[in-house]
Amino acid sequence: MTGWLDALIQGILLGGLYALFAAGLSLIFGVMRLVNLAHGDLIVLAAFAILVLAERLGLDPFAATLAALPVMFVAGFALQYVLLNRTLGRDLLPPLLVTFGLSIIIQNGLLQFFSADSQRLRSGAIETASIALGGGIAVGVVPLLTLLSAISVIVILNLVFYRTPLGRAFRATSDDLEVAQLMGIDHSRIFAIAMGLACIMVTVAALYLGLRANFDPTIGPARLLYAFEAVIIGGLGSFWGTLAGGIVLGLAQSIGARIDPEWQILSGHLAFLVVLALRPRGLFPRALD
Amino acid sequence: MTGDGAPPTPQTFRIETAGGAARAAAAGACVILLLLAALPAFAGRDLIEDLIFLFYMLALAQCWNLLAGYAGLISVGQQAFVGLGGYLLFALTLWGGLDPLFAIPIAGAVSALLALPTALVVFRLRGAYFAIGTWVVAEVYRLAFAQIKDLGGGTGTALAPSVTSAALGIDRVKSLLDVRTPAARDIVSYWIALALMAGTLAVIYAILRSRRGLALGAIRDQEAAAAGLGVDIYRIKLAVYVASAAMTGMVGALIYLQKARISPDAAFSVLDWTAYVIFIVVIGGIGTMEGPVVGTIIFYLMQHYLADFGASYLILLGTLGIIVMLFAPRGIWGFVSERTNLTLFPTRRRLVVDGGDGEA
Amino acid sequence: MALLATRNLMAFYGDFQALYGIDTILDPSETIAIIGANGAGKSTYLKAIAGLIAGAADSVLLDGRPIGSHPAAAIVKLGIALVPEGRRLFPSLTVEENLLIGGYGRKTRGPWSLDRVYALFPVLKQRRSSATPTLSGGQQQMAAIGRALMSNPRILLCDEISLGLAPIIIADIYAALPQIKAEGTSVVLVEQDIAQAMKVADRVYCFQEGRLSLSGRPRDLTREQIHRAYFGS
Repeated sequence: MTGWLDALIQGILLGGLYALFAAGLSLIFGVMRLVNLAHGDLIVLAAFAILVLAERLGLDPFAATLAALPVMFVAGFALQYVLLNRTLGRDLLPPLLVTFGLSIIIQNGLLQFFSADSQRLRSGAIETASIALGGGIAVGVVPLLTLLSAISVIVILNLVFYRTPLGRAFRATSDDLEVAQLMGIDHSRIFAIAMGLACIMVTVAALYLGLRANFDPTIGPARLLYAFEAVIIGGLGSFWGTLAGGIVLGLAQSIGARIDPEWQILSGHLAFLVVLALRPRGLFPRALD
Repeated sequence: MTGDGAPPTPQTFRIETAGGAARAAAAGACVILLLLAALPAFAGRDLIEDLIFLFYMLALAQCWNLLAGYAGLISVGQQAFVGLGGYLLFALTLWGGLDPLFAIPIAGAVSALLALPTALVVFRLRGAYFAIGTWVVAEVYRLAFAQIKDLGGGTGTALAPSVTSAALGIDRVKSLLDVRTPAARDIVSYWIALALMAGTLAVIYAILRSRRGLALGAIRDQEAAAAGLGVDIYRIKLAVYVASAAMTGMVGALIYLQKARISPDAAFSVLDWTAYVIFIVVIGGIGTMEGPVVGTIIFYLMQHYLADFGASYLILLGTLGIIVMLFAPRGIWGFVSERTNLTLFPTRRRLVVDGGDGEA
Repeated sequence: MALLATRNLMAFYGDFQALYGIDTILDPSETIAIIGANGAGKSTYLKAIAGLIAGAADSVLLDGRPIGSHPAAAIVKLGIALVPEGRRLFPSLTVEENLLIGGYGRKTRGPWSLDRVYALFPVLKQRRSSATPTLSGGQQQMAAIGRALMSNPRILLCDEISLGLAPIIIADIYAALPQIKAEGTSVVLVEQDIAQAMKVADRVYCFQEGRLSLSGRPRDLTREQIHRAYFGS
């Protein structure tokens, strides 16, 4: 029994990580209907950025992440402003193919710089620390922090999106680009800001990715798939839905792993396909697509 | 002209697709096909292997182009059917003792069958989400096949030479061309690849010239308008998806017959069976049949000379793809045909007016 | 010098030419009306001024300065606000949020604020937290006008604000115009409702198939003249 309860708890905590992966993707889609196929690779890129900053500046991963946030914001802003804004329009192909090409470039660029070796973010004692919940169940501090960070990110995201002028500008631009311009909204800048924010969330996700497990330049695409699945399961247009989707995915993987460790990832994918077949709009849809 | 009071001759209209250049190209294509078929008689093994690669990449590219360039189905998951075809070939030959030559069309049929339920789920997604959905499906296939221990599990397995050499026709080839078994195997693979490539081109060309093809052109250009005109978009997309899966499955079977070694990571590789294919179609020219031909040739040359540069080569491919997508979205062939109005695979309809008192 | 002038203004939708060299003038605190049949180019004219359609730099002059090639977001900052045809409120924003976003681009101090707009259109205050699709046509039109006013524009461009509305609602909306004019805002009205336009405008321009067919003061123009200019001979 404790085995299953443990799997449940681990699944929820894992869901926090997936929600972090997905938050940025959800924002970008909500603002500009762009699906960035390089999203997972940006997470890996951020992880390497944290690694480099930690080593160069002699910081622990948390401090290095704080240092990496502005860097990644600027990188995301520039990426959108210079490259991705050119791909937006009515045609589906350019953003998809350009971000796909970008994914390949980032992966291989990282391979060139860092080799294919596995890396890890070291944070000392906190890595193995855990909190006993009684009944033989313990919760790792890092996974718990991951879930709490995910919830915080979603709360902040909702705040920004629904309670600030910037968020109004996001929603207006997403509703009607032409009329948004009539409000004085420079959509190129707005999109770039959104991508910058997404990259900040990606960086937070990268911290917990790197703390939790090894990473190397090629693991990006798998993270993209998890992020995407979390968004779809949760339902487009809802940030809380994205959190829920991440948790559902985490639970599916965790339960699958309990049955057979080799089935972990497959269980997640299958759960996604089942949700897609039965509830195509996700569990908590909001968008008026 | 008819001043004698007789009733005027009615004008008639007909739809023409082929133009002069196209007819010349058709004749040329037949000649080329014959030459290619006869090639093994005087070509070395290296050239034959290179051409096999070229043929199957072209076939894959044409299938992807049909999906994305005509039906608007941008799939990043075609590797699902390549791998499926490959594993089916192995399963049918290893377990069923079937001749590889017969296993190939069966692989195609099974791929088509599996494509149906796949489509039913994945079609619930649109645009970029559809793309990623197809990727997820491919991953499911990969992870599922990695569980089948009898086919090598996660590390894969190989086809014993005895199996591949038992293929129909190898003995004939050996005596006809006076070559040893390995070379004969390659030659048979070569002819299968040539047949698959030509067959794929023929099927796609036939689809595009049919009435369905006209609908596809409409869907590609303006889906909402097409739907408004009564075009049953869902059925057509489904048909195209299934047809594409069947052809891709057969090509996958051939690829792994020739490689004689399969593993889940290789068979379901996004890079080999999607990234390279997309690159080919984008560089060559999406939405035309000539584009993938141009793209495949260019890709083959790049692969031949630059693949040794590893990660740098891939960065170059990615960058080139992005540049072409941004600045020449119709690809090289699009660039050429816009300026010269050249068409080798004519699929566009022209209205020709005959007879009557007017001009023809 | 005219506040806003168009000089040989031309506009294209791809290969299709919608405007063939339009010359108009708007003086400070003036209200001009643009009338004409469907497809005459009236909306196109407003869109060109608002920066939604690209044009030659000197085809539109504000205080004598060329602004014809400025993008829409920049035009708002210069003090020209468009109330678009069909209202086009943002469905993801509440009424109040729609008003607030009107002031996003231009932060100039002026007579118009949230409270002032609510004073002009009290019903908007009642429905401030509603989603805009739940509003009636007239209420949506008021919200759209209020939204444009939030940028404290020097020039308000109104594209067919009476479209699809019942006469009594139209009267309500037009009743707000004097207050807008009283704040010194110049107004360009594109209208299908000729009677209403003639009542409030200082001058009238008539468009016909992309060209100016008539201009003058309402009281100086006869019905026959207008009819001919509107429909062509």
